[in-house]
Amino acid sequence: MSRLTVVSASKAQNVVEGLYKDLERRIIASPPGLCPVDLTAAFLKMCHAQTCGKCVPCRIGLKQLGNLLDDILDNRGTLETLELIESTARVVYNSSDCAIGYEAAKLVLKGLEGFREDYISHVENHRCTYNLTQPVPCVALCPAGVDIPGYIALIKDGRYKDAIRLIRKDNPFPVACALICEHPCEARCRRNMIDDAINIRGMKRAAVDNAGEVEIPSCGKDTGKHVAIIGGGPSGLTAAYYLRLMGHQVTIYEKRKELGGMLRYGIPNYRLPRERLQQDIDAILKTGVKVYRNISIGSREGQIPLEEIRNTFDSVYISIGAHVDKKVGIDGEDAAGVISAVEMLRNIGNYDMPDFTGKRVCVIGGGNVAMDVSRSAIRLGASKVTVVYRRRIADMTALEGEIHGAVAEGVDVLELHAPDYIEKDAANRVSALWATPNIISFIDKSGRPKTAESEKEKLRIPCDIVIIAIGQGIDSKHFAESGIPTNKGSILAQEWAEVENIPGVFAGGDCVTGPATVIKAIAAGKVVAANIDQYLGFEHIITSDVSIPAPDFSDRLPCGRVNMSERDPIDRVKDFDLVECEMSIQEANQEAKRCLRCDHYGYGIFKGGRVNQW
Amino acid sequence: MVNLKINNLPISVDDGTTILDAAKIAGIKIPTLCYLKELNEIAACRVCVVEVEGVHRLVTSCNNVVSEGMEVHTNTAKVREARKTNVELILSQHHTNCPSCVRSGNCQLQTVANSLDLVTDRYKNEPFFKEWPSEFPLIRDSSKCIKCMRCIQICDVIQGMNIWDVANTGSRTTVDVSGNRKITETNCTLCGQCITHCPTGALQERDDVSKIFAMNGILNNKDLITVVQVAPAVRAAWGEEFGLSQEFANEKRLVAALKNMGFDYVFDTNFSADLTIMEEGMEFIHKMEEGKEQGYPLFTSCCPAWVSFMKSRYPDMVPYLSTAKSPQQMFGAITKTYFAEKIGVSPDKIRCISVMPCVAKKAESDLPFINAVKEGKDVDVVLTTREICRMIQFDQIDVTKLPEMDFDSPLGTGSGAAVIFGVTGGVMEAALRTCYAVLMGKNPDMDTFQIVRGQKGWKEAEFTLGDKTLKLAVASGLSNAASLMEAIQLGKASYDFVEVMACPGGCAGGGGQPIHDNMEMAGERSESLYLYDEKNPLRFSHENKDVKMLYDEFLKEPNSHLAHELLHTNHRIV
Repeated sequence: MSRLTVVSASKAQNVVEGLYKDLERRIIASPPGLCPVDLTAAFLKMCHAQTCGKCVPCRIGLKQLGNLLDDILDNRGTLETLELIESTARVVYNSSDCAIGYEAAKLVLKGLEGFREDYISHVENHRCTYNLTQPVPCVALCPAGVDIPGYIALIKDGRYKDAIRLIRKDNPFPVACALICEHPCEARCRRNMIDDAINIRGMKRAAVDNAGEVEIPSCGKDTGKHVAIIGGGPSGLTAAYYLRLMGHQVTIYEKRKELGGMLRYGIPNYRLPRERLQQDIDAILKTGVKVYRNISIGSREGQIPLEEIRNTFDSVYISIGAHVDKKVGIDGEDAAGVISAVEMLRNIGNYDMPDFTGKRVCVIGGGNVAMDVSRSAIRLGASKVTVVYRRRIADMTALEGEIHGAVAEGVDVLELHAPDYIEKDAANRVSALWATPNIISFIDKSGRPKTAESEKEKLRIPCDIVIIAIGQGIDSKHFAESGIPTNKGSILAQEWAEVENIPGVFAGGDCVTGPATVIKAIAAGKVVAANIDQYLGFEHIITSDVSIPAPDFSDRLPCGRVNMSERDPIDRVKDFDLVECEMSIQEANQEAKRCLRCDHYGYGIFKGGRVNQW
Repeated sequence: MVNLKINNLPISVDDGTTILDAAKIAGIKIPTLCYLKELNEIAACRVCVVEVEGVHRLVTSCNNVVSEGMEVHTNTAKVREARKTNVELILSQHHTNCPSCVRSGNCQLQTVANSLDLVTDRYKNEPFFKEWPSEFPLIRDSSKCIKCMRCIQICDVIQGMNIWDVANTGSRTTVDVSGNRKITETNCTLCGQCITHCPTGALQERDDVSKIFAMNGILNNKDLITVVQVAPAVRAAWGEEFGLSQEFANEKRLVAALKNMGFDYVFDTNFSADLTIMEEGMEFIHKMEEGKEQGYPLFTSCCPAWVSFMKSRYPDMVPYLSTAKSPQQMFGAITKTYFAEKIGVSPDKIRCISVMPCVAKKAESDLPFINAVKEGKDVDVVLTTREICRMIQFDQIDVTKLPEMDFDSPLGTGSGAAVIFGVTGGVMEAALRTCYAVLMGKNPDMDTFQIVRGQKGWKEAEFTLGDKTLKLAVASGLSNAASLMEAIQLGKASYDFVEVMACPGGCAGGGGQPIHDNMEMAGERSESLYLYDEKNPLRFSHENKDVKMLYDEFLKEPNSHLAHELLHTNHRIV
């Protein structure tokens, strides 16, 4: 008998490992609207299968908890049952030997706190308060409600122009979204149950790359109503597009030289080339929108007061975005060489390129904007770019791909370092950024870990430029003075985007939500168009005449997801040209076939599967 | 055209045809359960699965379309196994007390299950029971629901009422009253369309047979005189339950069956339909003479589901409903006054039983303000066509040997105008015939008003009577009614007279009529009712001699004080 043996997995163990992976993916694809009590019961059963069986509370207590939950779900429960569940879970939590037991009990206790009313509904009404109302995960998760299964089916048939037409029913920015949408639609894609989410944004990219110019629908009969839109960003332009299709006259007041808002003045060309953005803007303007550029709303000279706009137009949409930089509030922030990310990206948007040749740059922040300025700095000739972030890379809010892209292009990421102060030379120029090393610490209620000061020495990072990229604020002062309610700069609007007690004035996009994604801004524009139309006394319908191909019922064999590729970092840092490569027609076709057509299969064919008009 | 093979049989069908329809064209049967053509093609029961060559998993035929070169097999081992197992799984959650189920013999689940050689129960039977108010005219037995969702679709799409919805999630998903409400808290109109589109016995009318047949039932009380009225649409449908032809199963044989059961008088609701025309027609003529103040039309009030719909959805339009009671209630009122007097019996010794194609009539007879008599109700028991057929079966009556018997007198005469009350557009046509005669001083040609016929959900017509041009509308199905009401309220449409029936096709397609899976019978039954009209020498309500006698002897004239007291109601009372 040997003293030790090499452990090798049995066939059963290997299969179980695979099942764990399947389960993980299945949980990702969990549809919204499930009964939390039912899910708790199901999770509890799995937790119980994990018990080693040594200790009483875990071995028996979890089983009895499961029985009690079933009593509730099968209408045998009373309020006493609930009490027994609570006390049993408490005992399992307090007296289990290891985490298998006490964490399982915690799950039950959390639920009793978080959705007690649902437990009570089961007890008292024998009914669940939950309903599966959003059967098509991608559509449900797209803020603008774009008909994703529809356009993917069109792409599969090579009908790219129709795909664009269908997308435009809900979103007039197919090109911009094809390139930079954060694609919340992919998060709970049911295809995860088989292998991996569909590359929805990638397929949209294939559609816009291959569609050529696509005619816009004709505008409805002139209603004689005039709508003013303050701010020509994605939200304002979206509202303008649909209001024009409905037959209203639309005038946009844009503060900057060009339209596009953050799409132009926030996102660098290498992610969203200007000429591509212009395709969307041109299509929108073709509906006949009147645009005033370089005009801002305010009470100073050369500005137009809101009052005047309100008096001139039948309705007003405020979509001014969030374009004001924020200060970190550390010493030395006044030094020459400290610039805000907003300002830098705005200048780049106006083709006013700063020269960073040979400069050492520190970037403060951990979001997408921090990555945008870092990668731009590299392209502007910086000799060294360091992102300084107080938490871990894993905690950054920037998209993973953006962080990888930045690192590949030579950006250094210094995690767990909180900016302390900016060191200046005699000429009041930046000479270094001092940072305090942190260690990661307890996780707060929101699920993000806090940091604690480390015992290590403070770090001096020599540099010539410091870029502050810690978020943007909203310049809403004039609006507040004109009677528009605001809170910490954000304009307050109701769920239907109307400003309370000010008839005819609507607000949406970043200036209401704070800095958010482009698709959320587009969604706000869509909501506003519908509600302004209603406010003006109409009920115009936005629809699309594109017929959607019947789903094929070929077997969905497991198949890898086509990911987007990027240009070689060595080449791409030399210019501001688009980094992402296109998805080939061959790839798009294969990817489109992976779509499970949740609009047809499953609940979608019964209820909520396709919204043909709004 | 698309070319494909089904069970090796080559056929060509139109592009977009489902596999199920293609098979039907090829003469190949595929069983279905949840499927309801164009309304519920959700492929939930998985019974209509077929095998398509080149596809590993089975494909549902009801909601997938054919493609060029497709080769379909409807009876492979894989299909047989899945079809059989899925039906067994459905049965495992179904309360299979077939012998005591109203739908036994006419249950789609039973039919499909019987065809699949089910020998043993392989799964544990665990039906889901849930309490339901037993006094409510519509009964839902959750233990028989197979979650086909048809009731939800018919109520949402055709009736626009959204009474039903999916409830609970996961394995406990079922159908229940929408919005976590109790049925008694809803504005359900009791149209009964969910019942006639239910494949099983999960939905049925409240069974009132025992109120007649039980030891303490009406027929067993020798002190009581029983008076039955038979609604027009019943005669066009009752024979279906026994597989009889429409010609054979006429109203006269139904009279014989009812007499056979022991009822004292069997009368015709057509009589009171004629009476309705006299009252409502005069109301309309008065309204026209007074001129339209608000531009809103006069709405018919014969259909209690429609009246209930008006009250809950358009309360501000209720004043425009005709104040005339429905023929059922007019009949009850006259029975317990005029007729009681005529036979010299106190009204409390009379029991009025109505046979109706309708579930909402059960609720109508229970309305506290509907009665003319002080004590009790004008109409005591309302039976649906299905219940009366169950009673015929109960008494083992050999329907094939029934003689033809006439309705009793004096409430047994009805005109051809009255019998078409059972069809969408029929009340309108009957009213127009009499209005024409009153205004023009002569009867119209019989085909003058035929334009209001047909199964279309929202019909419009215009007629000139003398110096007046009448704009009319007829709707059936409550979604159509809602569209019409919306158009009227928005000023997009304007009429003088509007007829609405809640059930598609009118009472012919009523919620109390015999049930045929995946078949809409309203059209066929309507044809039969129009034939009754055509064959009746009496075509005008105002020429009904019994109605004339009623006015001469009792009511004096239409819309008289007494007529108002007995035959009209105030819909504004809730």
